[in-house]
Amino acid sequence: MMRHIISILMENESGALSRVAGLFSARGYNIESLTVAPTEDPSLSRMTLVTRGNDEIIEQITKQLNKLIDVVKLIDLADSFHIERELLMIKVKTTPEMRDEIRSMADIFRGKIIDVTPTTYIIEMTGPSEKLDAFIAAIDPESIIEAVRSGPTGISRGELGLHL
Amino acid sequence: MELNGAQIVVQSLIDEGVEYIFGYPGGAVLHLYDAIFQQEELKHILVRHEQGATHAADGYARATGKPGVVLVTSGPGATNAITGIATAYLDSIPLVVISGQVSLPVIGSDAFQEVDMVGITRPCVKHNFLVKDVTKLAETIKKAFYVATSGRPGPVVIDIPKDITAPHIKVPYSYPDSVSIRSYNPVVTGHKGQIKKAVDLLLSAKKPIIYSGGGVVLGEASESLIEFTRTLGYPITNTLMGLGSYPATDKQFVGMLGMHGTYEANMAMHESDVIIAIGARFDDRVTGKLDLFCPNAKIIHIDIDPASISKTVRVAIPIVGDVKPVLEQMLELIKASTIKIDADALAQWWKQISEWQAINCLEFDRSSPLIKPQYVIEQLHEVTQGNAYVTSDVGQHQMWAAQYYKFNKPRRWINSGGLGTMGFGLPAAIGVKLAFPESDVACVTGEASIQMCIQELSTALQYKTPIKILNLNNRYMGMVRQWQEFSYESRYSHSYMDTIPEFVKLAEAYGHVGIRIDKPEEVRPTLEAAFAMKDRTVFIDIMTDRTENVYPMIEAGKGHHDMKLRVAIGTSTDRELA
Ligand SMILES: Cc1cc2nc3c(=O)[nH]c(=O)nc-3n(C[C@H](O)[C@H](O)[C@H](O)COP(=O)(O)OP(=O)(O)OC[C@H]3O[C@@H](n4cnc5c(N)ncnc54)[C@H](O)[C@@H]3O)c2cc1C
Ligand SMILES: Cc1ncc(C[n+]2csc(CCOP(=O)(O)OP(=O)(O)O)c2C)c(N)n1
Ligand SMILES: [Mg+2]
Repeated sequence: MMRHIISILMENESGALSRVAGLFSARGYNIESLTVAPTEDPSLSRMTLVTRGNDEIIEQITKQLNKLIDVVKLIDLADSFHIERELLMIKVKTTPEMRDEIRSMADIFRGKIIDVTPTTYIIEMTGPSEKLDAFIAAIDPESIIEAVRSGPTGISRGELGLHL
Repeated sequence: MELNGAQIVVQSLIDEGVEYIFGYPGGAVLHLYDAIFQQEELKHILVRHEQGATHAADGYARATGKPGVVLVTSGPGATNAITGIATAYLDSIPLVVISGQVSLPVIGSDAFQEVDMVGITRPCVKHNFLVKDVTKLAETIKKAFYVATSGRPGPVVIDIPKDITAPHIKVPYSYPDSVSIRSYNPVVTGHKGQIKKAVDLLLSAKKPIIYSGGGVVLGEASESLIEFTRTLGYPITNTLMGLGSYPATDKQFVGMLGMHGTYEANMAMHESDVIIAIGARFDDRVTGKLDLFCPNAKIIHIDIDPASISKTVRVAIPIVGDVKPVLEQMLELIKASTIKIDADALAQWWKQISEWQAINCLEFDRSSPLIKPQYVIEQLHEVTQGNAYVTSDVGQHQMWAAQYYKFNKPRRWINSGGLGTMGFGLPAAIGVKLAFPESDVACVTGEASIQMCIQELSTALQYKTPIKILNLNNRYMGMVRQWQEFSYESRYSHSYMDTIPEFVKLAEAYGHVGIRIDKPEEVRPTLEAAFAMKDRTVFIDIMTDRTENVYPMIEAGKGHHDMKLRVAIGTSTDRELA
């Protein structure tokens, strides 16, 4: 079950998102994560979707997505060299003794502390999903109040691009 | 020209060339109905249930190749249309369904008769639209017709809030000649390299078979298919949806394939070394158990929908494109090719096939004192000279109609294959008859199916659509009973009804002619008399042998080579149902 990251350019219309989500649930495909936002062309939005499946399933997923009238174009980023980033914001409980340790841990992972209260830190971090996993695993689970992840988004390298 | 929303809808339909709209009024579409009232070009057919509207429009579409058009109100009107929309979706039939919606400001407030039609229909339409701006109405309608009829056809819903059709809001109207949708570009011609490979493979086959389906009907490619098949001299089988696209009485035709296909068609599939699938989608009723499907065959697949290719069965040579131009491209290459078909191998292959044919898998007891349903269909074929449009419902009668009415032309066989919707036959027949008032239209049905949309008998009277209903009355949900007989030790759980209506009286109550027969010798004269009544709908209640089963059959979990055949002819009439 290979992990695939599918990047979709679609019409920025109400209902487009539910067509994609509905397709996945109706056909029993799994969605690991999904991000969506408008693009520099306001009539289009871009969705990045992480899914798993063998080659046949991924082939059907991409064909079925392409069939949706609102889908303009898509690529499976896993087919080519690409860069992936995910955003993490994590809120941890801090005691005065722990603060230094958390700060240096965040530094090691190139995170930033973006909010501080007497008892909490919020750390912001971007990177490939595995790096965020590693960071979360490295800190004391007891101290985590909340962790918010955006799900990965990605872009292919070189001159290839997903555009009209 | 300035028009209000309701007038725009009506005028757009007229400009689109729509002849009939099948519908049922209600609050959310009252403005539209008022606009319909004030013109005469667009003819409205008032059905008795919205399901009937969708099936009638669907029947019209299947018979003509033109899109069927439906109008329903919001809420219950819209939900009643769902079964018909899903029926069209699974068979790739072009429909444009206009549903009323509550006014824009109250959408989402659980307003009176509000349902989220766009949400409900999403999984069973090719596309749908919610119109939020009256100035976009005409263009949206054009888009709906374009999407419904192009590429792989399918139903499209346009949900129109009531305030969009308000009489006092007028905007400039013009109906676009064409539209383009940047995210929607169906492929037409096939990839040249793939076609070349396919032709080479086809011509070097030793045991080839052509397996074609509904895509040939939908793509108006019957003539190309005939030329292609005759040029090659190969055997051809059709799916249930493809029947008629190749003449059933032709010697190269080996019958339908699949669960209730012929022995020879299924054996030939199983033994073949090269299969060319043309506009067919490897449905589970066709393939049987996938692991056992055509173990030795290399498969070529032509389909306009890339998602149909390698969905259930992996194929060697996929060709995405419209079947007609692709077949024409192939024919050219075949004629120019230097590869010679191995005539000895082909003769050997035909010899093998004729041995399978000799089993005579469709033979039935012709000396029975009871009416055999197969006999009724054979007689229907003779009386109508094979020229009738035959609609059907779902069950054993449907399979017998498919097996014994030898369809020689496309668009004559009108049935719900993918969804298998009981209740389809009668309203579909009305739609067909409206399209072809001079042609014979028969609805082959069963006593259970016909009751699912029986109310449309009233529509048939109002619009004077004289159809002939052949009710193969076996006092059972025969198809269900057959499965229970084979797989549940004859525990006939709820597959019969204790109270079947007197159909003759029912037909008469609706203003039609009703006839009941129960002897084989009555079949022919009754059919002749019924078809002679050109201006009457005739309901023939035919009491058939209730023990009869559909043979041959591939049972669940079996392969093509493992068909259940009729045990012995001549015993079934004495058979008591356990
Ligand atoms: C009780 C019952 C029993 C049944 N038993 C059988 C049986 O024994 N045998 C059988 O065959 N079926 C049977 N069916 C029907 C079955 O369920 C399917 O509906 C049917 O097999 C599908 O036919 P098809 O493959 O031709 O596809 P269709 O549903 O007709 O689909 C057409 C295909 O062609 C493609 N296409 C459309 N337009 C074009 C074009 N212009 N160019 C190229 N491609 C195009 C589409 O993308 C699609 O893939 C039964 C149904 C019922 C209800
Ligand atoms: C709407 C709907 N409900 C249930 C079924 C399941 N089903 C398939 S065939 C059948 C029995 C049909 O009986 P009848 O119309 O008498 O036809 P017969 O098989 O006896 O010829 C049923 C219930 C269906 N196909 N459609
Ligand atoms: Mg019955």
